[in-house]
Amino acid sequence: MFWDTFGIVSFLYHDNPVYKFCESLFVGISAGYWFVSLYYQNLLPKLFDNLGITKMLGLSNNDGAFQHVFSGQWDDRIWYVLAGILAIMMLLRLVSKVGWISRWPLAVVVGSTAGLYMITYFQSNFLSQLQNTVIPLIAIGRIRALPSVGLTADLFFAAYLGNLVLIIGTLTGLVYFYFSKEHKGALGGAAKIGIYFLMITFGASFGYTVMSRMSLLIGRLYFLFGDWMGIVR
Amino acid sequence: MSNGSVGQKLFQALLRIDRRIIFLVIFLALSIPIFLRLKIDITVTQEVRLFYNTVEALSSGSRVLLSFDYDPGSEPELQPMAETGFRHLIKNHIKFIIMGLWPQGPMQANKALANINQIHEGFLVDKGDTLYFGRDLIVVGPDTIRYGVDFINLGFQAGNELVIQRMGSSIRAAFANDARYGRSIDQFQIMNGLNKLSDFDFVINWSAGYPGTVEWVQFAVDRFHVPCGAGNTAVQAPQVYPYLDTGQLSGLMGGMKGGAEYEQLTGMRAKATMAMVSQTAAHIFVVLFIVIGNLAYFMTRGKMKEGRA
Repeated sequence: MFWDTFGIVSFLYHDNPVYKFCESLFVGISAGYWFVSLYYQNLLPKLFDNLGITKMLGLSNNDGAFQHVFSGQWDDRIWYVLAGILAIMMLLRLVSKVGWISRWPLAVVVGSTAGLYMITYFQSNFLSQLQNTVIPLIAIGRIRALPSVGLTADLFFAAYLGNLVLIIGTLTGLVYFYFSKEHKGALGGAAKIGIYFLMITFGASFGYTVMSRMSLLIGRLYFLFGDWMGIVR
Repeated sequence: MSNGSVGQKLFQALLRIDRRIIFLVIFLALSIPIFLRLKIDITVTQEVRLFYNTVEALSSGSRVLLSFDYDPGSEPELQPMAETGFRHLIKNHIKFIIMGLWPQGPMQANKALANINQIHEGFLVDKGDTLYFGRDLIVVGPDTIRYGVDFINLGFQAGNELVIQRMGSSIRAAFANDARYGRSIDQFQIMNGLNKLSDFDFVINWSAGYPGTVEWVQFAVDRFHVPCGAGNTAVQAPQVYPYLDTGQLSGLMGGMKGGAEYEQLTGMRAKATMAMVSQTAAHIFVVLFIVIGNLAYFMTRGKMKEGRA
């Protein structure tokens, strides 16, 4: 593991054969891992076991849908046959002459995902967020609570300015994305404020990303100095 | 040579600085504090306090669902939270059910449990009429928890958010067997009376992306009305902050800093707290580089335009 870490980090100096080797090793192992993982965690238990294909091949003692249905007993798992057919249709894209068939299972995936998310996003990301923007300009409840919880900078901001910033940020941000009228005059001014809010948001996001990458590097350093060298506990 | 031209040359040299020097400085900023073992005060934010208070408010014997939705790539950020989370739940005598929407998630849970466990694998404990293997027992301080009674690992289930949707109506439809022994989950005492998602008292999600906290909020919280708290990688945290303001999330920890705050609140200072000095030092240098870079850019901008003309 040390050599893998060292090899990958060596790219920071410049591109080199050790880095290339470690990169290829990582890609190869990942591909192998995912193949095995998806087979044993998806294909085998979900499709082959449920349908009873493993039983038919003598690889399992448990009956599947085929065994039950053939013995005259209904088994809901027989519907996995449809999933199996769709999976085979998807694989047909590897055959150039009948590759178009793979569009059908893809259409099923796209359609069902769109249907699932239409309501979900509307409820969780639109309505709930909208509801939370309809708030008083100043959080009276928070101001009243300040003496009991103690006055800190973030609580002061949340009480006196938090709601105001939220409302202005939401409205001006929406104005920035309103393209049916030229951004001039009051509309242009609001859009400009909206840009500033967006910039601050991107900045915060970038800050978090930097923090995340530093954390990962710290984790590696603890591995190198601790687990590998044993000089840090 | 005038002072102005010396300043210009200095700024131009700063703009041309080899990026490898910056890498070296960051490496040193992160490494040196590890050896110096310095300590730093950590301010606890409202969102982490909310998470802590929510767990504290759970009564002894409550059952919490823990979804491990990350892999080893995010371990430095999320593993400290997971370990502290386990310690916190065990200390408060809260039972937990582990699962994962990421294939490696439940393995990360096992690793966290192994790290906090104070007994070795294979150790046999006589509990009157029953012998337990060490890996079925977790001993943390004065508390001992037993597999199947106080905790269970249901493992990974493919299907992303559809797994949550399915658990909303039937947990057994999504997880028929446990991950450790492959036995029906009905054989374990902890699963008695747990039929659907809303039977859980709380859901905790450790998340590094998709599927993760967004999906738990959309499906578990908004559809099945189960309270949910989350620990996220710092990259993902800004994406889920809006859910905190609306009350859709009952607490949030963002990145290693969030983990350190949680350690501070629980009084279990560990990995995340140790790393905060390195993190702070690196951030100071990053801010310095940004300030110097911008200063040098604006100070030499006129000269650069002249050069182009």
